[in-house]
Amino acid sequence: MTSAPGDREIAVVAFAQTVHRRTSDESSEVEMLMPVLHEVLDRTGMKTADIDFTCSGSSDYLAGRAFSFTLALDGVGAWPPLSESHVEMDGAWALYEAWTKLLTGDADTALVYAYGKSSPGSVRDVLTRQLDPYYVAPLWPDAVALAALQAQALIDAGDTDEPALAAVAARNREAATANPHAQLKGPVPQGDHLVRPLRTGDCPPIGDGAAAVILAAGDRARDLCARPAWIRGIDHRIEAHGLGVRDLTDSPSTRLAAERAGAFERPVDTAELHAPFTAQEIVLRKALRLDDGVVVNPSGGALAANPIMAAGLIRIGEAAARIHRGASDRALAHATSGPCLQQNLVAVLEGEPR
Amino acid sequence: MLEVLKAPLVVEFPFTRSLGPVQSAFLTGLREGVVLGVRTGDGRVLVPPAEYDPVTAEEIRDLVEVAPTGTVTTWAWNHAPRRGQPLATPFAWALVRLDGADTALLHALDAPGPDAVHTGMRVRIRWAAERTGAITDIACFEPYDGDPPQLTGNTGQFANPVSGIVAAARLDYTYSPGRAQTAYIHALGDRRIVGERCPSCRKVYVPPRGACPTCGLATSEPVEVGPRGTVTTFCIVNIKAKNLDIEVPYVYAHIALDGADLALHGRIGGIPYDEVRMGLRVEPVWTEGGRYPDHYRPTGEPDADYDTYKELL
Repeated sequence: MTSAPGDREIAVVAFAQTVHRRTSDESSEVEMLMPVLHEVLDRTGMKTADIDFTCSGSSDYLAGRAFSFTLALDGVGAWPPLSESHVEMDGAWALYEAWTKLLTGDADTALVYAYGKSSPGSVRDVLTRQLDPYYVAPLWPDAVALAALQAQALIDAGDTDEPALAAVAARNREAATANPHAQLKGPVPQGDHLVRPLRTGDCPPIGDGAAAVILAAGDRARDLCARPAWIRGIDHRIEAHGLGVRDLTDSPSTRLAAERAGAFERPVDTAELHAPFTAQEIVLRKALRLDDGVVVNPSGGALAANPIMAAGLIRIGEAAARIHRGASDRALAHATSGPCLQQNLVAVLEGEPR
Repeated sequence: MLEVLKAPLVVEFPFTRSLGPVQSAFLTGLREGVVLGVRTGDGRVLVPPAEYDPVTAEEIRDLVEVAPTGTVTTWAWNHAPRRGQPLATPFAWALVRLDGADTALLHALDAPGPDAVHTGMRVRIRWAAERTGAITDIACFEPYDGDPPQLTGNTGQFANPVSGIVAAARLDYTYSPGRAQTAYIHALGDRRIVGERCPSCRKVYVPPRGACPTCGLATSEPVEVGPRGTVTTFCIVNIKAKNLDIEVPYVYAHIALDGADLALHGRIGGIPYDEVRMGLRVEPVWTEGGRYPDHYRPTGEPDADYDTYKELL
C-alpha cells in the first residue's frame, strides 16, 4: 500500500551490511551480525534503548542451528525487554512489519535486521524444504533446478537466450566492482552448465552475511538523517505455490505489488532488484516496466552477493543509501522469496527535493 | 586465533503429514496407477490437484481422471543428480501437462541427454515398481510418441485410501561454533572452564556465546571460573532419556560456578538425589577422555548463603 495523505511519514535513516563472504566459520551467527547492528546504530547515534521496535528475518535451516534467531537477539541487547518480532522470511518482510508498526503510531523508531549463514549447509538442498511437502519436496528439486526451469521457459518464449543471460551476469558483477561489500565482482566466467540452461555465472554466489536498517517516523527521521529515504509505499504479493499453475515467464505478483506501492505513478531513477538468477532479472524488468533510463542494481544485486534472508533487505538498504548520499531521488527496491519469484515485495523510496 | 572447530551435524526427521480428501485421492490413485486431477469452478483441471482453487480459494472436490501421457512445458537438464532426487543418472527436470489437465506436474524425465529433450515433447509416466501412495510412485517420465491409453474410468473411489505420508528429510551441515564457543571448548580440553566478561556490565558469561545478551556488546575478556560452584536450583529427573545410560532418579541442576554471573547446568552425583538442595557447594568430576565434566559432586563445604546466589537464580 501507499502511505495516504495524513499518514505518518516513515523513512529508512540508516543502513549497514557485512562484507559478504563464502564462509564465516570463525564466527557464530550473532558474532557475524553484531558489528552490523553496532554500525547501523552508530550511524544515527542511537542506542538499543532508543529503538521502539525490533524486527528480524532469518531461517534456522540455513546453518542448521535451532533457535538461532533468539541467540541473535543477544547481539541487540534485550534488556530491558524489547518490543520485538521475527519473521522466517527475508528481512524485507521484517521491514514491512516494522513499517506498519510505525504507521500505527505505536513506535517512532525501528531496528530491522536479517542474516543468513549458508556456508555450514548445502543451500541448494536446504531450500527444497520450503516446497510443497506432498507433491514437490519429496523429489528434492534444488533451487538451481527450479530457476533453470524458469530460464528455459523464458528462452522458449523468446524473452531471452544464453548470451543475454550472460550479459545480465556481466553487468551486475561489473557494477559490483564499486561495492566493497560484494562477494563476487568483476569479470566472472559464465562457466559450465550447472543445471542447463543455467551456467554457474547465472547463479548467485553462496555466502554468509547480515544487514540492518533503521526506520524512523517524521521529524525523528529528519533528526537522525540528513536526507531520509522516505518510504512512499510498500506492498507484497504471493502467487500460487504450484509451479505448474504459474506462468513462469511473468511475475504478476511483482507487478501488482509495484502498482499498490505506487511505483508506476512516476518514473524511478534507480531499481534494486532481488534477482538471484540472471533470468529472473528479465522477468522483473518486464513486470516492473523498467526502461533503459533506470539504473538497475548499481550495487551488483544478488548476483554479486546473496546472503539468503538478508539479500532482499539489502536491496532496500542499497536503494535508501543512494538516496541518503544524493545519488537517487526516487528508487524502487524489490525483494523475493520462494522458488522462481513466488513472493515479491516492492518498496518505493524518495528523497526530498534538493 | 584458535583453530576453528568443525564437526558434522545431521538434521534428520521423518515428517508425518496427513492428507486432505483431494490429496488422498490423488496419491491413492498413483498407488493404483490412476492419475486424478481436480476441476475448478471455471472448469480448469489442476494436476497435481489442490484442495482449494489457487485463484479463488474456493473449496474444490470434483475429481477427474487424466491420462498418464502428456507434454513437456519447460525443462532443465540435471547432469549431476543430488541425493533424494528421482533418478541417480543424469535426467531432465520437467513440468509436464498431462493430457486432460490444464496445469503442469513437476517430475524427472529420463532421457539419454539434453539433445533428446525439448519443450513440447510427448512423454508418459513410468510407474515405480513398488507404490505406496506418494508422489514417488511416479518413478519418472519417459519419452513416448504413442496415443494416450484408455482411461480407467476411476474418479477417486479406492479401497484403503492413504490418509497420510511420511516424508523423510535429511540435511547435512558442517557445524562450527564461532569464536567464543571455540575458545570455551578449547579450554575444556585442558579441564578449565573459561567464560567471557562483558566490557560494559562486567558480567561473566559461562559458557560464552560472544555477546552480552543484556548490553548487546561483544564479550572478549576471558575469565577462568570455578571449578567449584553453588547449586542455585535443581530438578529431579524420573524419566530415563533415550540413549542415556544414567539411572533414574537423578538430579539436574543450575550451577553458578565461582566467578560466573550466569549459571550453567549439569548433573549432580555423589549424593542421594533427595539430599540435593539449593546452596549445595559442588565441583566438577571429569572422566578419562571426557570433553566436559561428567557431573558435579558435593565439595563438603558448608552450604552457600542464599544472598550470595539469589541474583543468579
